Amino acid sequence: MTDVTRLTLAQARDALQAKTLSAVELTQAHLDAMAKARGLNAYVLETPDQALAMAAVSDARIASGTAGPLEGLPLGVKDLYATKGVHTQACSHILDGFKPDYESTVTSHLWRDGAVMLGKLNMDEFAMGSSNETSFFGPVASPWLPPHRDGAWAREALAGDKKGLLVPGGSSGGSASAVAAHLCLGATASDTGGSIRQPAAFTGTVGIKPTYGRCSRWGMVAFASSLDQAGPIARTVRDCAIMLRSMAGHDAKDATCIDAPVPDYEASIGRSIKGKKIGIPKEYRIEGMPAEIEKLWADGVAFLKAAGAEIVDISLPHTKTALPAYYIVAPAEASSNLARYDGVRYGLRVPGKDISAMYENTRRAGFGPEVRRRIMIGAYVLSAGYYDAYYVRAQKIRTLIKQDFEKAYAQGVDAILTPATPSAAFGIGEKGSTDPVEMYLNDVFTVTVNMAGLPGIAVPAGLSADGLPLGLQLIGRPFDEETLFSVASVIEESAGRVALPQPWW
Amino acid sequence: MSVDQATVRRIAHLARIAVSEEEVPHLQQELNAILSFIEELSAVDVEGVEPMTSVVPMKMVWRKDAVTDHAGADVVVANAPDSEDGFFTVPKVVE
Repeated sequence: MTDVTRLTLAQARDALQAKTLSAVELTQAHLDAMAKARGLNAYVLETPDQALAMAAVSDARIASGTAGPLEGLPLGVKDLYATKGVHTQACSHILDGFKPDYESTVTSHLWRDGAVMLGKLNMDEFAMGSSNETSFFGPVASPWLPPHRDGAWAREALAGDKKGLLVPGGSSGGSASAVAAHLCLGATASDTGGSIRQPAAFTGTVGIKPTYGRCSRWGMVAFASSLDQAGPIARTVRDCAIMLRSMAGHDAKDATCIDAPVPDYEASIGRSIKGKKIGIPKEYRIEGMPAEIEKLWADGVAFLKAAGAEIVDISLPHTKTALPAYYIVAPAEASSNLARYDGVRYGLRVPGKDISAMYENTRRAGFGPEVRRRIMIGAYVLSAGYYDAYYVRAQKIRTLIKQDFEKAYAQGVDAILTPATPSAAFGIGEKGSTDPVEMYLNDVFTVTVNMAGLPGIAVPAGLSADGLPLGLQLIGRPFDEETLFSVASVIEESAGRVALPQPWW
Repeated sequence: MSVDQATVRRIAHLARIAVSEEEVPHLQQELNAILSFIEELSAVDVEGVEPMTSVVPMKMVWRKDAVTDHAGADVVVANAPDSEDGFFTVPKVVE
């Protein structure tokens, strides 16, 4: 039989329903692929026993005609989703040994619909990072080979410190790497400033951050609560649509989760985009943008024009302020959310001479350098005398950013097309070691979307001169993920599916 | 705006993160890099702009004031680094 891990999620679903493939076979094939790919470090925990038990139940449900929409489909779960009785650490040392007694709403929706859990996926610590290098469990390697390197060289690097291999992006680096390396059919991810879309763009996969409030945040380890949102990474636009339908939906346990019906997103794949108005924001043409990104963007415009869309120039004048404002809002909320890690209720405790020293020692040892930096920035911008100058000002700027989008949508724009990232993937150990801001610039095109609470999807649209995947981003109206799926599927179709790397690991 | 070394120590204490004396200069440099990056916001005209409170307009929901979580003390303390008889333990805080 052919390698069933190469199927898309939709193809696997159809094969299971046609009973030409069993959930146990499909799951075992993924577990075997995971065992061979441990060097990539995409999974921080494999759950083979649980996976096979879930798959067996799925096979019984398929046989009895009671299959759910994701029945028997093996998925990976980002380590920030609480999974009952299973390692949940947001890849931080401070949550050592934490096994929640509850299940996140999003993952419980997936299991309700029949999905199979393969394991927990690596990520930047507390989702703070753009390269998956801040994980306590070590960096994740992208399955894409660096330019001018072969498999033999890469295998050696994988066994060593991984330097020179490519990052999969972050923070959902484990999710993106696992999906691109065919170690799951799809994965849950989360996005606070670009953490779904940037890794998807870096690995030639598709990722959608839905509108704030579309998915419940309950049971997700919190980073910045007004920005965090769950979403999937998968190999096709259709696969993302299938997953999002299950992940989304009302939850009384999250007061910011909206009570509105979840559309059948898959039905929007292939729907005509004739007459749709696509906005091209001039502010995204940033200084020093590589020519290949410019070309990718122009190609995207041409694809959509050919499909009958109307292209209009728009202006989002506050774009430039989004990233610095984000680095006030997100650390401020993080410093508050992460106050709970005090060495008392869960995880790590490092003793001290009194309770204050115990807190300080625990948090010094438990948080990595990037997380400590962000907590400190947050504590600073919220501290007496600076609150108005920083935090309140940033929240006002957020209003201005949102108004920019509202004005564009009021002119009849249905979706906005931009590059997803300012470059292709870079190497492990290459960025941010001297200046943290260098790493932050990765999110320059994605962060505006979180600040405005809008949906955004990254879809592969071409390759760099070095043969690495590049993605385009589509930004939609609030709760209009359907248009994003329609338009993204046109780009996917026109650009041709990216040929993901063959295993060298 | 930039921070001096005394401010770095004060912020670290506010954040309840121990820092060693050797770490302070490096941390100061990193924090100042971030602060200078966010400094450009001071040029933005925010006169008369309402600060954002909710990114998506939504009605605040109410729920019954009822016990919803009664897993029991054993479950609640199960992940604690140290506990006794269903209680979290901490170093002595009163004399």
